[in-house]
Amino acid sequence: MISFSQVCKRYPNGFEALRDVSFILEAGEMALINGHSGAGKSTLLRLIAAIERPTTGSIIVNGQNVGTLKGGAIPFLRRNLGLVFQDQKILFDRTVFQNVLLPLQISGFSRRAAIGRVRAALDKVGLLSREKAQPITLSGGEQQRLCIARAIVNRPSILIADEPTSNLDADYARDIMDMFKSFNQVGVTVLIATHDVELLGNMQQRIFTLSHGKLTA
Amino acid sequence: MTVWFAHHLHAFVLALKRLGSAPLGSLLSIAVIGIAFSLPAGIYVFLENLQALSGQFSGAPEFSLFLKLNTNEDEVAEIEARLKQDPQVASFRFISSDSALEQFKQGSGLSDVIDGLERNPLPDAFVIVARDLSPEALDTLHAELGQLPQVEHIQLDSAWAKRLDSILKLGRLAVFMLGALLSFSLIAVAFNTIRLQILTMREEIEVAKLIGATKGFIRRPFLYFGAIQGMVGGAAAWLIISLGIHLTEEQLKDLMELYEVNFKAYHLSMEDSLSLLLFSALLGWAGAWLSVTNHLWRIEP
Repeated sequence: MISFSQVCKRYPNGFEALRDVSFILEAGEMALINGHSGAGKSTLLRLIAAIERPTTGSIIVNGQNVGTLKGGAIPFLRRNLGLVFQDQKILFDRTVFQNVLLPLQISGFSRRAAIGRVRAALDKVGLLSREKAQPITLSGGEQQRLCIARAIVNRPSILIADEPTSNLDADYARDIMDMFKSFNQVGVTVLIATHDVELLGNMQQRIFTLSHGKLTA
Repeated sequence: MTVWFAHHLHAFVLALKRLGSAPLGSLLSIAVIGIAFSLPAGIYVFLENLQALSGQFSGAPEFSLFLKLNTNEDEVAEIEARLKQDPQVASFRFISSDSALEQFKQGSGLSDVIDGLERNPLPDAFVIVARDLSPEALDTLHAELGQLPQVEHIQLDSAWAKRLDSILKLGRLAVFMLGALLSFSLIAVAFNTIRLQILTMREEIEVAKLIGATKGFIRRPFLYFGAIQGMVGGAAAWLIISLGIHLTEEQLKDLMELYEVNFKAYHLSMEDSLSLLLFSALLGWAGAWLSVTNHLWRIEP
């Protein structure tokens, strides 16, 4: 469950990215955050993962108050979140397989247990045949799927994606969205930020709309 | 436990991989560490050899008490009695002028010359071992012995050994200071190598932090790297010293044979070698730790 209550985020330069944002996303729900660029979508997602801290208000993720979390506890919060970043953050000095392996190494999985999980995650996003490939040789859509595989390999209860379809054509984008829907169907809480209005047309999910840092719908 | 083990194994393997991924750089760093450490350790070995050598020349300090040539047996007996009563004297032995001459004949190979002498030029002598070996006590005893009748000359045999001993002490101090100074250079080497690594791995560290890596997880491979590099550097120093001993041993042996000393070159003992390796590993670890704590917090996603 993710709960925002009266959250404000003001940056040191005075820019207010979020103003008085309150919402509750129940466990197992799926929602989209929509809004123009600069509306505060990314900031909202970064607050959930404790990459940034709220100026005021409280954020509860899985029963933990993220805003007041101690530095040492943040890694363990993030292990329960699957994060798909806007700038992907793929490591190009290692294979597809090793990229997906990294979260499991961090959690301390034995190599044997990890290999099975990595293959399962790659299989879910349709990249199993490319596990030995270098990420640079993947297409844009494949790279995005690699990011998703890395986000779900830890089997997180919450999946957060920032503009996962931004550089993809419509067919690829639909694929990716279907993938998120299928994760949601098996009980994962999914929160996706997107400015892609066309994508919203055939969606029945909840949609939060941000405008200049305020939640409007 | 298994998680702990998996983490450490992962860090250890990663550190080895990083060491191997830049072989020339690693080799140069290790050589720098090895050379830096072989200096104090080499001097240490040299001093140990010198001490072993000095041990062959002298044991406990001994007074040689030479009596006047005209001393008669009664006077010798009196001195003997007084030495027996002296609480400062641990033991003594009397060397008569005749037995001294006999020893000298055998030792020097000049028996023909000595036989040609009209009379025995050597005096009677006492060799005295003091009970208390502190310099002050030796001085008091020295003065006391001077009060005895018929004493011509008193010689403290340990004087040169004492000088050597204080030189050795000075040498050890120099080794210690040199070691301390060069330890800083090892820390600096580790610090800089790790700093460069962190800079080139910035992206990876950032991603690891974003997907839930603890500080320990990120820090661990660097610490292992520093420790391994330090330890291999220590091993290089050990090799350099071994090579040095090996190259000079034969010639030293020949030289010592001229002085009729049975010389066996002293190498670093097992204990010393282990201390060297552990100490260099510890310093590498410390340098890496300093570097990581200094640079890692700047990389925030």
